Amino acid sequence: MKVSLFVTCLVDQFFPSVGTSAIRVLEKFGVHVDFDPRQTCCGQPASNSGYSDEARQVGAHYLEVFQDSEYVVVPSGSCCTMVRRYLPELFTEESPEARKARELAARTFELSEFLISVLKVSDTGARFPEIVTYHDSCHLLRELGIYEPPRRLIRSVRDIDFREMANSTRCCGFGGTFSVKFEDVSVALAEDKVRAIQDCGARFVVATDVSCLMHLDGLMRRNHIPVKTIHLAELLAKF
Amino acid sequence: MRKNQAGMIKISPHTGPALANATLQANLKNTVGKVLHVHQLAVSEVANWQELRCHAEQVKAHTLARLHFYLQELEKQIKGQGGKVVWADNAQDALDFVVELAHQREIRRLVKSKSMLSEEIGLNEALERERIETVETDLGEFIVQLAGEPPFHITAPALHKSRREIAQLFSQKLGMEPSEDVQQITATARTLLREHFLAARLGITGANFAVAETGTIVVVENEGNARLCLSVPETHVVLVGIEKVIPRMADLAVFLKLLTRSATGQRITSYVNLINAGRREREADGPHEFYVVLVDNGRSRLLVDPVMRQTLHCIRCGACLNVCPVYQKIGGHAYQSAYPGPIGAILTPQLTSIESAPEHPFASSLCGACAEVCPVRIPIPHILLRLRAQAQRAKNGKAARVPAEKWAFQLWAWSMSSPTRYSRMEALLRFLQKLFGRDQGLRLPFPPFSQWLRRRELPALAPQSFRQIYRNRKVML
Ligand code: SF4
Repeated sequence: MKVSLFVTCLVDQFFPSVGTSAIRVLEKFGVHVDFDPRQTCCGQPASNSGYSDEARQVGAHYLEVFQDSEYVVVPSGSCCTMVRRYLPELFTEESPEARKARELAARTFELSEFLISVLKVSDTGARFPEIVTYHDSCHLLRELGIYEPPRRLIRSVRDIDFREMANSTRCCGFGGTFSVKFEDVSVALAEDKVRAIQDCGARFVVATDVSCLMHLDGLMRRNHIPVKTIHLAELLAKF
Repeated sequence: MRKNQAGMIKISPHTGPALANATLQANLKNTVGKVLHVHQLAVSEVANWQELRCHAEQVKAHTLARLHFYLQELEKQIKGQGGKVVWADNAQDALDFVVELAHQREIRRLVKSKSMLSEEIGLNEALERERIETVETDLGEFIVQLAGEPPFHITAPALHKSRREIAQLFSQKLGMEPSEDVQQITATARTLLREHFLAARLGITGANFAVAETGTIVVVENEGNARLCLSVPETHVVLVGIEKVIPRMADLAVFLKLLTRSATGQRITSYVNLINAGRREREADGPHEFYVVLVDNGRSRLLVDPVMRQTLHCIRCGACLNVCPVYQKIGGHAYQSAYPGPIGAILTPQLTSIESAPEHPFASSLCGACAEVCPVRIPIPHILLRLRAQAQRAKNGKAARVPAEKWAFQLWAWSMSSPTRYSRMEALLRFLQKLFGRDQGLRLPFPPFSQWLRRRELPALAPQSFRQIYRNRKVML
């Protein structure tokens, strides 16, 4: 099976170990992973900020890079949502781009979803002897409807002490440009989230999106809170 | 709608004070938590909840696509039963009608039950200017009116007030013996309101639904105050937004189930009033005169686009407010409009204009909790995105020079749509990071970086990007 990895721009520039971990996990299960170096971003930052022309420009490039992929796997619920739900809408309904985008959407999967539903893998053989909690990223949960797959994968990690935090499905307050446009509200929400993480006793918080994690990590580092963030791919690659 | 001097409805000046108000934060956390809990219980009881939502969505879509027809049907039915129908294109038309009616009947004081539409058009203020006193008879509305505040929530106007604050307000303004006893607080309001009910000659209510088939106005409530407003005074005026019409009585069953469970977590409210025109011959009570004011006030503009039109599906249950993390933090007043929370974020700019409420579509993290809970399945995040695009077009189209943010996004799109340019950008960013952040992240002294850095750290750019690492795969794996 051949899979094109879309690492996302944030992972590429800030958190490359998420990308290398995703490759490690996928290759362990016999997947041939391809990384097309022409890839950049899915266009989400512009799309979410109301800059549709700019989003379309970047989206068109994305389409060109991935149009021939058999499967596209993305280690992000949010970017996966962009490709599946919003990319087709950037183009006029009957245009060839819209058709291509719709077809591509059907072949695009978030990492945990791909492992569970396509590869039928729920145990990657990872081992992590720590207290861990999971934060549901909004788009993965509510746009793609994925709740259980990441949890199944986490629970199968050896020696892990997995604990649910209170209100795990509540937004962490990141929200793209919302995090700077309404900085005060965004931080207030992150504070609630961090409190919930601490209250359940976790030393690590796992999520499927580096955007949520960098927001939470940014707040925790500033306040010297000894909880670390870890992306699901990184956790699953600990074998 | 509460506009500032520049004629704009702004949220950002009000978030800080709301977040800093400890009492407000405590009250919000406390009450919203309870509401969410009962809501969840009430919904989980209904096995076919998702089916009901889909059904309601379809009924709404069907009706709005033929709104003209159903409104005419409604008018015919109401008139046939002896009621009068008034068409109000905008807020002023509706206000003029009510004010004139009150003047004609020489009414100086009237009773009113809860109506968001009356807040939207500014009815109380308009009546006040004419020296006509409005008595809000819903306990929550009564409380906020007494406090001189607008409602905080669509279904729970005084949600932000603790029992203690209400008791203080009552003893200050109404001379109640200081007491935090709920019985005593409600008894004080009841005694006072009872006198007003009995003396009132004009009663104003809103409507939750208007059934076209039968000309029935439906008013859902818990205190019996709406029932008194619509039955005791000799004249009853109903303010109805044109989107409130539903085709058949049979549809009401579905909508009632969705509304009460979503709003207060009740299986059914204490009172559901179904009113057909006024008092008929041989009837002992009910108003002699019955007016239904059908208010457009910007609504028909929303009909043009099938996506945006869904905003009019709203049955004002308030569930989206309760689940919204932003509302939970900043509360209702920060939205500066009759409609707060997610529904307010999409409705306010559409009822007024995107130029006058440009911040509303951005006051959301797009978490989607609203769309998940909405009983009529309004895709709120989707509509927010459309409005964001409209807001940017409106702002950037007018500007003499390209605004900084637009310029930044153009530059971003330019670099992101070519691998070569992307690589150059990658190098440039690393150079900037060395210059400004000493590898502590891009500590640039201007927005958006400066806003982020106020209370958070930024991650540092990785020494080598993923693509650089990938190029040396052998080293990596
Ligand atoms: S948008 Fe939906 S959830 Fe919000 S008030 Fe309207 S009907 Fe209720």
